[in-house]
Amino acid sequence: MPPEPSSSSSVSRRDFFKGLGVSAVTVAAQRADAVAQELQKFNNEKVQGPGPVPIELQINGEKHTLNLEPRVTLLDVLRNHLPLTGAKEVCDRGTCGACTVWLDGEPIYACMILAIDAQGRKITTVEGLGRDGRLTKLQEAFVACDGLQCGYCTPGFVMSLSALLERNPRPTEADVRKACSGNLCRCGSYPRIFEAALQAAGVKTTSKTEVIRHG
Amino acid sequence: MAEWPKKTEYLGTRTPRVDGAQKVTGAAKYSSDVQPEGWLYAMILRSKWPSAIIRSINLEKAKAVPGIKAAVAVKDGERHVRFYGEELAAVAGVSKQACLDALRLIEVDATPQPFVVDPLEAIKPDAPRVFSDLPNLGEAKIKEEGDVDAAFSKCDVIVEGEFSTQVQLHQALETHGNTIWVKDDSCTAWASTQGIFSVRDGLAGNLNIPQHQVRVITDFMGGGFGAKFGPGVEGSLAAKLSRETGLPVKLMLTRFEESLAVGNRPSSYQKIRLGADREGRLLAYDLDAFGSAGFASGGRTAGGGGGAGFPAPYIYRIPNVRAKHAGVAINAGSARAFRAPGHPQGSFGMESILDEIAVKLGMDPVEIRIKNDPFEIRRKEYEIGREKFGWAQKYRKPGTSPGPIKTGVGVAGATWGGGGKGTKAQATINPDGTVEIRCGTQDLGTGARTVVALVAAEVFGIPLDRISAKIGDTDFPPSGGSGGSTTTASVAPAIYDVCSRALWELQTQSGVADARGAGFAAACRKLGMQPIVAQGEWVEGLSSSGAGGVQFAEVEVDTETGFVKVKKILVVQDCGLVVDRLTAESQVNGGVIMGLGYALYEERVMDSQTGLCLNPNFETYKLPGAADIPDIEIVLLDMPERGVIGIGEPVVIPTASAVANAVANAIGVRVRSLPITPDKVLEALDRIPERTAAVPEELEQSFATVEAAPAVEGDFAEDVPA
Repeated sequence: MPPEPSSSSSVSRRDFFKGLGVSAVTVAAQRADAVAQELQKFNNEKVQGPGPVPIELQINGEKHTLNLEPRVTLLDVLRNHLPLTGAKEVCDRGTCGACTVWLDGEPIYACMILAIDAQGRKITTVEGLGRDGRLTKLQEAFVACDGLQCGYCTPGFVMSLSALLERNPRPTEADVRKACSGNLCRCGSYPRIFEAALQAAGVKTTSKTEVIRHG
Repeated sequence: MAEWPKKTEYLGTRTPRVDGAQKVTGAAKYSSDVQPEGWLYAMILRSKWPSAIIRSINLEKAKAVPGIKAAVAVKDGERHVRFYGEELAAVAGVSKQACLDALRLIEVDATPQPFVVDPLEAIKPDAPRVFSDLPNLGEAKIKEEGDVDAAFSKCDVIVEGEFSTQVQLHQALETHGNTIWVKDDSCTAWASTQGIFSVRDGLAGNLNIPQHQVRVITDFMGGGFGAKFGPGVEGSLAAKLSRETGLPVKLMLTRFEESLAVGNRPSSYQKIRLGADREGRLLAYDLDAFGSAGFASGGRTAGGGGGAGFPAPYIYRIPNVRAKHAGVAINAGSARAFRAPGHPQGSFGMESILDEIAVKLGMDPVEIRIKNDPFEIRRKEYEIGREKFGWAQKYRKPGTSPGPIKTGVGVAGATWGGGGKGTKAQATINPDGTVEIRCGTQDLGTGARTVVALVAAEVFGIPLDRISAKIGDTDFPPSGGSGGSTTTASVAPAIYDVCSRALWELQTQSGVADARGAGFAAACRKLGMQPIVAQGEWVEGLSSSGAGGVQFAEVEVDTETGFVKVKKILVVQDCGLVVDRLTAESQVNGGVIMGLGYALYEERVMDSQTGLCLNPNFETYKLPGAADIPDIEIVLLDMPERGVIGIGEPVVIPTASAVANAVANAIGVRVRSLPITPDKVLEALDRIPERTAAVPEELEQSFATVEAAPAVEGDFAEDVPA
């Protein structure tokens, strides 16, 4: 249980620093312990690679067993060793979000994790999002609002924003912008991507376009 | 002449794109996604020197890497490479990892040569030469109308300014590349391209096989913006590797390569003098300008790159004009057509100096534009725009905005040609009442497939789900490349023509007088076993060219940090007959946002000391992101009687100029160089010392060199590929 908050006057400056010192030492000791444990674990593990090793991945509810070099990224596996090309390779350096997938429900860049490290985790790609070939509400809204043009960034945006709606079903536009701040779109579909996410969440949006008849 | 129907049922509606579901589920297969049986991964080795004589390339060790199936050099024998990133060799293997290992083992015997990557250096007579037998400064062109000197002596006000624009990179999210399969002297290529037929012809030439033996497929492509026409060096390398192995080869560039070697918008340096009378009528214009389109830039040294020219004095009619321009070669990747080639550069210089003369005259910037713009539609757009934008309430004298965060407004206009051209199409009406349209165009993301389906739906009066629009295959009737905002204006009339012919034939064969709409299915049933197959083509009267647009910008400038935040952009754009409102508006959003990148963020940075590109990635080459997007309001000026006019390019042009004018209006001083980064704002405000990077004397000398250079008569805007 957390300690009761006490008024500042009841703790002397000296007590405060003394307390701080003790806890810092404790944390440091714990951390050293953790590092030692990690090292121990690492030393006990068989060295992997550089040649191919068996890798087992759980993707969209299906088990895939592959024989791959440990340096292969999750994105490389999806696109080049499996037929799951929904996640796109655009920068391969964790800067654009086009390869966004979920790892245990959390959006991550598939280009920034080695496949070997994704073992034992639940991986969801854009192909695994809908059920029975039906579009999700967000996917429907992307189509209806035209939240895409060339569509190459779209799977990434869909994954980031689907994750947002899972954890926050009634987001504001600021929430939406923040949730896809790790995704880039070169065609400039952002306004409609925001609109699609809000519409999927049932938040009202207003159109800022009109057609005027000339003459 | 053909005419669009007066009353429409499908055209002009807000129709979601027909392939949207495939794109949001990951089911859409781009050229980078296809996985033909046995496909190999391929990668390119590139020059690490900005200039070097390549003596020899040894591929033996690379070929011995486990998993590597082939390795080829771009060219046998000695050659000169002229930029950091020029292609040397390529390998194909069973995995990316095998290719990475193999690239490291290729031995290149090279002699580095002197190089120059800064146009201000390259223009000097004693600079290292990009081509040893030719000067870096290409042949200058000059356009002269009226008597400029006499006109300036009569002007009531004269302003002068120097402006510069950066090198912008296309950065389509799908990189350049292909999956190519050469087998028994025939070739199938899945290309990420804007022109399937130009890729077909290019590959046939590379492989020395008949064009009918090459099939190019582009079901989906991840953006091009002007940089993806021919097969490119990467395409010919993939073809070579495939021919050698007999297997399909996928060679997609990395983002790093994409930033170096496959096109850019050339830089520009402009010294402008503009004169007007007391009423604000523009009388005289004088320009000395140069720019670099990379190693192939500069008159006689031009070798397939885009020119560095731009239209001047842009959209304004000025009776006395002298405009001189030259291209300067540097050791950097060549420019290519980039969404409205030349126009953003021309717009930035002209719209900036026009605001300066307006300030000097005490005139409203919108007024001076209406007064000097020869295009009636655009004058009307200024009227509509200023009303909607609340210009009268928002505009105040430059620099009078109070407080540390200053607000300002700006405006600019643009023009674009566009127009349609030869496209053929085939329509099949099946007895079950379904329709298939085949047309060898391609969809860059503008919604070409949806345009095809919408026009067919309009002619037959049947819902879109009865129509299958098939595009992106050279086995279909030919259409042109998607450049110059010509796709919709080329394709829509051809589909209208072929569907009208098919409908006429259906009515003749079925004996149903009006087979449109409700009667369509019944008429089709009467066909028995004989579907109708009709051919058609682009016809006069359904499309036109010449679009005008204006944009208004509202910005906030933090005078303590130099940070510019764009609050709002209002677009008033004419585009003739609107085919699909939804996708048309998306293109407008896209143009504005790409224009914002040009205004504030994007710039290829070259290092003079090493000759390398310093920002070939998305960490340091900054694209607009979610946080940067302003409120964008769009007004489309509908003129169906003009027919279809492309909209992709005009909307990217005036954004940067309007933003730059708004920044100047906010802070009372002008940033004369794009992109308007915080350091430039602070420098303009005298908050930081002038940077040594932008040496003004050197710029002056460069302009003097251009002024003194011999020139041939001509309009340098015409050098720019559309």
